[in-house]
Amino acid sequence: MISPILVANNLVKTYTQRSGKFGFGSSLVKALDDVSVSLRQGSTLAVVGESGSGKSTLARCLLQLQPLDSGEVLFAGQDLSKMNSAELRAVRKNLQMVFQDPFASLNPRMRVGEIVGEGLLIHRVGTKISQQQQVIAMLKRVGLDESDMQKYPHEFSGGQRQRIGIARALVLQPKVVVCDEPVSALDVSIQAQILLLLKELQQEMALSYVFISHDLRVVRHIANDIVVMYAGKIVEQGSVVDIYNNPQHEYTRNLLAAIPGKKSA
Amino acid sequence: MTALLNVDVINNGRPLLQLERLSIVSKKSPNRFLVDDVSFSIEAGKTTCVVGESGSGKSLTALSVMGLLSKQLQLSSGKVLFNDAELGVQDLSSLDAESLRKIRGAKIAMIFQEPMTSLNPVLTVGYQIGESLTAHLGLKGAVLKSRIANLLDMVGILPNRADSYPDELSGGQRQRVMIAMSIACEPRLLIADEPTTALDVTVQAQILKLLDDLKTRMNMGMLFITHDFGVVADIADNVVVMFRGKIVEAGTKNEVLNHPQHPYTKALLACVPDAEGKNPLQPIDYAWLNDSVQEALVEEGIV
Repeated sequence: MISPILVANNLVKTYTQRSGKFGFGSSLVKALDDVSVSLRQGSTLAVVGESGSGKSTLARCLLQLQPLDSGEVLFAGQDLSKMNSAELRAVRKNLQMVFQDPFASLNPRMRVGEIVGEGLLIHRVGTKISQQQQVIAMLKRVGLDESDMQKYPHEFSGGQRQRIGIARALVLQPKVVVCDEPVSALDVSIQAQILLLLKELQQEMALSYVFISHDLRVVRHIANDIVVMYAGKIVEQGSVVDIYNNPQHEYTRNLLAAIPGKKSA
Repeated sequence: MTALLNVDVINNGRPLLQLERLSIVSKKSPNRFLVDDVSFSIEAGKTTCVVGESGSGKSLTALSVMGLLSKQLQLSSGKVLFNDAELGVQDLSSLDAESLRKIRGAKIAMIFQEPMTSLNPVLTVGYQIGESLTAHLGLKGAVLKSRIANLLDMVGILPNRADSYPDELSGGQRQRVMIAMSIACEPRLLIADEPTTALDVTVQAQILKLLDDLKTRMNMGMLFITHDFGVVADIADNVVVMFRGKIVEAGTKNEVLNHPQHPYTKALLACVPDAEGKNPLQPIDYAWLNDSVQEALVEEGIV
């Protein structure tokens, strides 16, 4: 058994929603209801579920981008939810995120070199020259070019922008990367390229992924373990093979049955 | 209700919609073809799927049928022949704005990709569904109300939701409202531009089934745009594959999905991840393109 690198225990997150006439009343929505997951080192944990099931909230809470109501997130034995902002900033070097929308997640006024190098600058990694070199090496690794450093995000296609997002996340040599629907905004033809890139990088850099997705076809190819969420709760978790071949929960079966292309197969 | 289900089969031997050698260029650079010599036809009661990557011209083709191309673009050649029992065969590309308005919504309707942005947030969904009924059929008062309730019922929403505003509905319900709007006047042709791309898989499956049922019940022709081959397998009768503005392959669903002829179709099919995990993931293969086209692709940042 490989030891877990990131463990979340009994996470609870509640949102307040205005309701009733003119929004005078309020009701509580449980986005995370006693959720516990664990990510094994060097593996990929996929979180699947429909919109509103709490999978993106889970992603954000794992990285403490949103405060938790209760529960703990253990990374290398330390509880992230108890850290102050300075400690968090230091530890976030090891915890990075790739976002869903490659159009909204890159600052349009920054050059690609600055976007990718910003993390190195903030964490004061090496000299200016070595930072430059690391950025160039990372860009080349994700399939871009040294000359792309001087360009702005709008000069790139969706797939290339997602490569920039991946380079930005990986340039700090993190241990854990949370990918929030990294390919759902991309064409099918580009999806496979990005997924393969993520897989190769995982091998090379010994990364552990939390992979949020609603596309079970994609998850099948990238995940080792799966967590199925519904209405803020985990309804089922297990290895990819078990979940796909022998789903226990009704909701999981529904999800699998809804994969398009089943009818003619 | 009987009027709604009235199936008038037009049979003068012509398909419902026929695109003939359609080309679209940008006004700024008239030599660059965004849609290049595209011809295909749609039969009543059948679904034709147009598949392709972004930038392949599939949405432009759909917009040109409705005469909704932006001002920067123009049809440089070709005909859009629409066959209707009342109006006869007309070339939509040569009609003036007034005649087009009578066809849009009444004879040809369109569903857009984003159910979040295509509804007006300050009007109730019932009002928005009723707009085209009032405009085209002159319905008012109680008749209009019952018709709206009827339509909502058809798409699986409780009729009392007619007084709800779009933000009070979920994404799937909003897309159902869009569908109710589009079928309100019983169009002969329904154009759906990636209607399920923004939706969850479970909701997507419901919407696809709904569209398929409505198409059969109302004997509509459907032009369905998508980039998802899984969706194509579920809903299509015929498939048109587009690449860089051109049709590279067209045929029945079985021909295109199970016996693809063109290397692009094969490459595109090969990079769709399969849910069984039997086949390894593979990136799209452009090796079949000759060198000059490949260079152009690299320059445009597609590869």
